Amino acid sequence: MIGFERVSKWYGSYPALVEIDETIARGEVVVICGPSGSGKSTLLRTVNRLESIQAGRIRIEGRDIHAPGTDVNALRARIGFVFQQFNLFPHLTALQNCTLAPVQLGRLSRSQALEQARALLARVGLAHKADAYPAELSGGQQQRVAIARALAQQPPLMLFDEPTSALDPEMVGEVLAVIRGLAKDGMTLICVTHEMGFAREVADRVLFMDAGRVLERASPAEFFQRPQHPRAQQFLADIRLPFDAR
Amino acid sequence: MRELIDTYGVYFLVGQYPNGPLGGLALTLLLSALALLLALPLGLALGLARLSPWRALRWPVSAFVFTVRATPLLMVVFWAYFGLPALTGYKSGQFATMLVALVVFDGAYLAEIVRAGVQGLGRGQMEAARALGLSHLQALRSVILPQALRHMLPSLVNQFVSTIKETSLGYIIGLSEVSFIASQINTQVFTKPAQVYLWLGFSYFVLCFALSRFAYWMQDRGQRRPATATPA
Repeated sequence: MIGFERVSKWYGSYPALVEIDETIARGEVVVICGPSGSGKSTLLRTVNRLESIQAGRIRIEGRDIHAPGTDVNALRARIGFVFQQFNLFPHLTALQNCTLAPVQLGRLSRSQALEQARALLARVGLAHKADAYPAELSGGQQQRVAIARALAQQPPLMLFDEPTSALDPEMVGEVLAVIRGLAKDGMTLICVTHEMGFAREVADRVLFMDAGRVLERASPAEFFQRPQHPRAQQFLADIRLPFDAR
Repeated sequence: MRELIDTYGVYFLVGQYPNGPLGGLALTLLLSALALLLALPLGLALGLARLSPWRALRWPVSAFVFTVRATPLLMVVFWAYFGLPALTGYKSGQFATMLVALVVFDGAYLAEIVRAGVQGLGRGQMEAARALGLSHLQALRSVILPQALRHMLPSLVNQFVSTIKETSLGYIIGLSEVSFIASQINTQVFTKPAQVYLWLGFSYFVLCFALSRFAYWMQDRGQRRPATATPA
């Protein structure tokens, strides 16, 4: 479904992505992990062109999405993106957050969009908060509304950029449960996350990145039990022993 | 004071109207209102152009804003008074001249208020809107501006109050707005400058104070629903 072909990006002379070659199949759940600054969020954001690339190609269903002349709005309308900071629209209710794009883009009538939004809010367990403004919701609830908003695009592909990193610990579970549900329903899903338990349980494949390169790609079982690359071994040791005085 | 108002009150309020052109406080009000109404859309357009992804739009507008901001209003008035006729080929009246000067000047200042208001929202809102597939303009209209305008309100009011006071510079090109009328009254009465100018100052105070109270009343009404909080 998604093919990265020698994708590279630099910030000035600093390499953010180095010759990424990767294929992600329809229905696959891929978790990208790695230390901060490794380029994992950047890689995710190139998929809906929130970031540009300077070399290589990214194909989605065969189409080169960074080619000049690509309709970027049409591309994004078919990809759900969930931000670390939720980025809900604070002047709109939860329901209005979910109806804005489908109505503005003319994909659904207002009544269809409302019906869909109510169904999606119910799916993320927030039917009773439809008329609440983001400021009236907890972090976990806001992120679940953000997922519903992304799902309102009826996207074949969902991207999650550290969806639980800005949450208080007790709210991480409710958000992961929603994402787990999407994975079970067979949606293609790429998730940048530090939640290793979640990765082990849900992912079909784990990509480990450092310094703009994918250093390891493996099933979760292999990755967590027998990491091959020394950086991956170090990374796993670090996150397993966060309080160890090394 | 009583005698002053009896003799010159009507003249102060409307100038020579209805026997001559409208003037005085009424003209000041009219000029302020028109300047506000025209400068706001101009400022909005210029401010958004300053933030535009298109360089061909951003650069000339930025140059214009920087030039106007580095110029005293008095000079803009002179340019409008002497420059406009040379440019357009016909002599416009004092009212139109002053209106053009105010709209151009305040448009540039409002542009910076608009720009700051939009930038103050942070990148996340624009990114989230674009990630949904909205175009730049759709994102501005339904996500960015409804929030930014609310944040801008205090600065906008500030600028509007300035505009009211700036109309007094019409004096310099002989526009019979309220300051000009007051100085004429003072010349005729000759012995009561303190009263005349106290009266003038009080008139400006009433206009400006009323406008700012009105704006804050509007803001209170708008804030009944939560809209400004950012996510934790």
